[in-house]
Amino acid sequence: MTDIASPAVRISTRPASAKRDIGIKRRYAAERRFRAYGIGAISLGLFFLALLLWTVFSNGYTAFQQTTITLPIEFTEKVIDPKGERTTDGKVLMTANYPLLVRDALIKQLGIDASKRPLVKQATDMVSASSRTLLRDIVVADPSVIGKTIPVTLLAEANVDSAFKGQIDLKVEESKRKVKDQQVTWMNELASAGVLKKSFNTGIFTFGASSRPEAAGVGVAALGSLFMMLIVLVLSLPIGVAASIYLEEFAPKNRLTDLIEVNINNLAAVPSIVYGLLGLAVFINFAGMPRSAAVVGGLVLTLMTLPTIIIATRAALKAVPPSIRSAALGLGASKMQTIFHHVLPLAMPGILTGTIIGLAHALGETAPLLLIGMVAFVVDYPGSPMEPSTALPVQIYMWANEAERAFVERTSGAIIILLIFLVVMNLGAILLRRRFERRW
Amino acid sequence: MSTSFLLLLIVLIGFISYFAGRARSFAQAGGKLSNLHSLPGYHGSYVAIWAILPAALVLGAWLVAAPVYIDSSTRAVLPEAVQAQGGATVELALGQVKSVAGGLNRLTAEEVQALESGSANLRSTLAAKGVALAGEGEPYMITAAQHFNAMTVTNRWLMSAVVLLIAIAGGVYAIRNIATRFRARNQVERVMLGALIVASSIAILTTVGIIASMLSEAGRFFTMVSPFEFFFGTVWDPRFAAAGSGGASGQFGLIPLLAGTLYIAFVAMLFAVPIGLFAAIYMAEYASPRLRSTAKPLLEVLAGIPTIVYGFFALVTVGPFLRDISAQLNGLVTGNYQNFIQAQSVLTAGIVMGIMLIPFVSSLSDDIITQVPRALRDGSLGLGATRSETVKKVILPAALPGIVGALLLTASRAVGETMIVVLAAGVAARMQINPFEPMTTVTVKIVNQLTGDLEFTSPQTLVAFALGITLFVITLGLNIYALYIVRKYREQYE
Repeated sequence: MTDIASPAVRISTRPASAKRDIGIKRRYAAERRFRAYGIGAISLGLFFLALLLWTVFSNGYTAFQQTTITLPIEFTEKVIDPKGERTTDGKVLMTANYPLLVRDALIKQLGIDASKRPLVKQATDMVSASSRTLLRDIVVADPSVIGKTIPVTLLAEANVDSAFKGQIDLKVEESKRKVKDQQVTWMNELASAGVLKKSFNTGIFTFGASSRPEAAGVGVAALGSLFMMLIVLVLSLPIGVAASIYLEEFAPKNRLTDLIEVNINNLAAVPSIVYGLLGLAVFINFAGMPRSAAVVGGLVLTLMTLPTIIIATRAALKAVPPSIRSAALGLGASKMQTIFHHVLPLAMPGILTGTIIGLAHALGETAPLLLIGMVAFVVDYPGSPMEPSTALPVQIYMWANEAERAFVERTSGAIIILLIFLVVMNLGAILLRRRFERRW
Repeated sequence: MSTSFLLLLIVLIGFISYFAGRARSFAQAGGKLSNLHSLPGYHGSYVAIWAILPAALVLGAWLVAAPVYIDSSTRAVLPEAVQAQGGATVELALGQVKSVAGGLNRLTAEEVQALESGSANLRSTLAAKGVALAGEGEPYMITAAQHFNAMTVTNRWLMSAVVLLIAIAGGVYAIRNIATRFRARNQVERVMLGALIVASSIAILTTVGIIASMLSEAGRFFTMVSPFEFFFGTVWDPRFAAAGSGGASGQFGLIPLLAGTLYIAFVAMLFAVPIGLFAAIYMAEYASPRLRSTAKPLLEVLAGIPTIVYGFFALVTVGPFLRDISAQLNGLVTGNYQNFIQAQSVLTAGIVMGIMLIPFVSSLSDDIITQVPRALRDGSLGLGATRSETVKKVILPAALPGIVGALLLTASRAVGETMIVVLAAGVAARMQINPFEPMTTVTVKIVNQLTGDLEFTSPQTLVAFALGITLFVITLGLNIYALYIVRKYREQYE
């Protein structure tokens, strides 16, 4: 009752503002709330994007620096080739006790008593175990260094590397961290002597898989990815364009072409892991192709990318105005000539944009590659697509599963490299579109 | 002659034929191009096609057929005693013969002589050359292997000769056809059209391949484990059998995996749908063109980031954050600083997957909202409704079917997503409703079952294909229904 009475009262007392209460305040408040939700949603999305990128970059930028220790290594003949057999037996140089050389150099540099075993052990632990292969390669490449003393830049062990970069909290009790107090003292000593220093990490670009973080890199994986991308490009671009031309320009409208249409749209949404199962069953099991090989990965990713390219190409072909076709046909060109000489060149920027975006997707794809055995510990560069190789995202996956702190840094570093590739490809696609896109 | 060299030769013949065909058409035209029906290039292409295509087809067929023939002929050479045992024994012997044959090619003539006379041990001789034999070699294997090698060599020469002959014959035949009135262009274009059709049928072939390969492997799985046990089993415990022992030990219940998959997808949708939908509404109805042109591509960057990066994000940031914050909360309330959210949990995987899905929801809904005709909007605003009332009472109801379609498409992505759940959801196949505990999904188990050493006879491996076909059917159903809705909706307003 009061509800009805109140406006009547208002009218009688304030005749100037004779308005019905339509709840305008409440409605405007709702309007503002609604707007705020929208802004909130967008900012939340952008916040997550920023958080994601910040996680990767804050963890990863240090991966591009590596602590190195430059020591004057004395290539004593007594250690490398005690029996003087290196001219007759090639194995001597391969199996010599190179870590001993590093140990001797460290003892000399740090002035440790060689008889104190635990101390010596702590010192040698500061240098990466990968020095063995490094020194071996130097000696094998040039045996004349034996007997000389030359300065060699060795990688610091991952924990020392982390400590030097300030990632390990040195205030924590000594037994709870992986770097001992003595090692920290030495580290600072070596650093002030200019022997131990941070330098740009070329290793992350060139090395292969390794169980030691400091000697692990994405070089081998990147080559595997490159092989696969080449295969995807060479196969999916011509096939995709040909399929789109047929479907867009020639195909009669009937059940079959309808089926192909629906099919392609569905293939674009099939989970990528299903393509991995297809590759495993068809290419490896049935056709007998080698496991872990880039060629199988390339084929699987081609099948996965094809729908994307076909959809983009058809859109690009559709965007070419019919007047171009009519003009060419009117001048006596055949249908094939019209399409290949006039329509296709005009649609090319759109096609290439779609292709690059499809390739970028394929580059970041991991799941199908896991199933065809590309989760492999590949140390050496694959010489051909038929050899075992791994891929950039798979390398990231394998590192993400490692427990060590230093691998988190490496993983983020590898993600940064992958993201840079993707950004470059996408920017290329955008530039291409900007530069050549035509509106009729 | 190796196959790739042969292929190169064929291409070379094709090249020569092209120029020969061109030159002949020039000659026929007597220097006046207008005499020709087709341009000289078409004549050249016509000859090249005739030189390359039949030869390449024969080569392909030969490469498929020849090994089968050689195998069967080698099988016939095996002693009666071996053949009588049939099946697996013959195949095993054949496999050994092939490795012996590969090894014989690396031996010198004297060594082969020694083997034939029986004075040298087959296995050790071959092992010295880096060829490992599975068992002790039998004398008959040497003769069979020599037969095999002889056949292989003959086959190679025969194939090379036949294929090259066909290439040359094709070229010559085509050149003789060339005349001024010859419709070379129409012929070439017909071949091109054929190639286009072949290319577009690859899409169909892929689908057929997916279905056929998964059905056949899953079929083998279902001969070992009953479909009922798989589809309605509530325990997932495949128990990796030791290599060779085989046998269907372990239980393969799909239900816990499916529950985990749907639960995580549900949490992800719960997270992504409000954010994505509100973002889409704001961008379609409120945002200035400038905000729209910066915010929209930025949100879409989220869709371009590889899923492995999201997995890492979950592993390094979101999981530990939820674990720590839950410990703090617990501590504040109960005084016991024990975390109640695991680092790997349904919630972690759901949230991170939700972040990944935001751009899918927002851009798909954005497209649909902007498709709602202007007139509906103007009508509502003209009657005095506020913008938000217009959105809630007019635009959303009109766009609802399309948005539902878009959400279904997004859900199918959530169900098929692999890398995030592999790193963030855990591997424990459990049925429970606490989102703070780990659960696992169909995709995680496919990856788990298929990494490492594989044996394609054990149900532990083959179950992955049964899981795969389940996943495929679910996502296909979602997609087809979603596309159907979206298409129907689009027609409504066109």
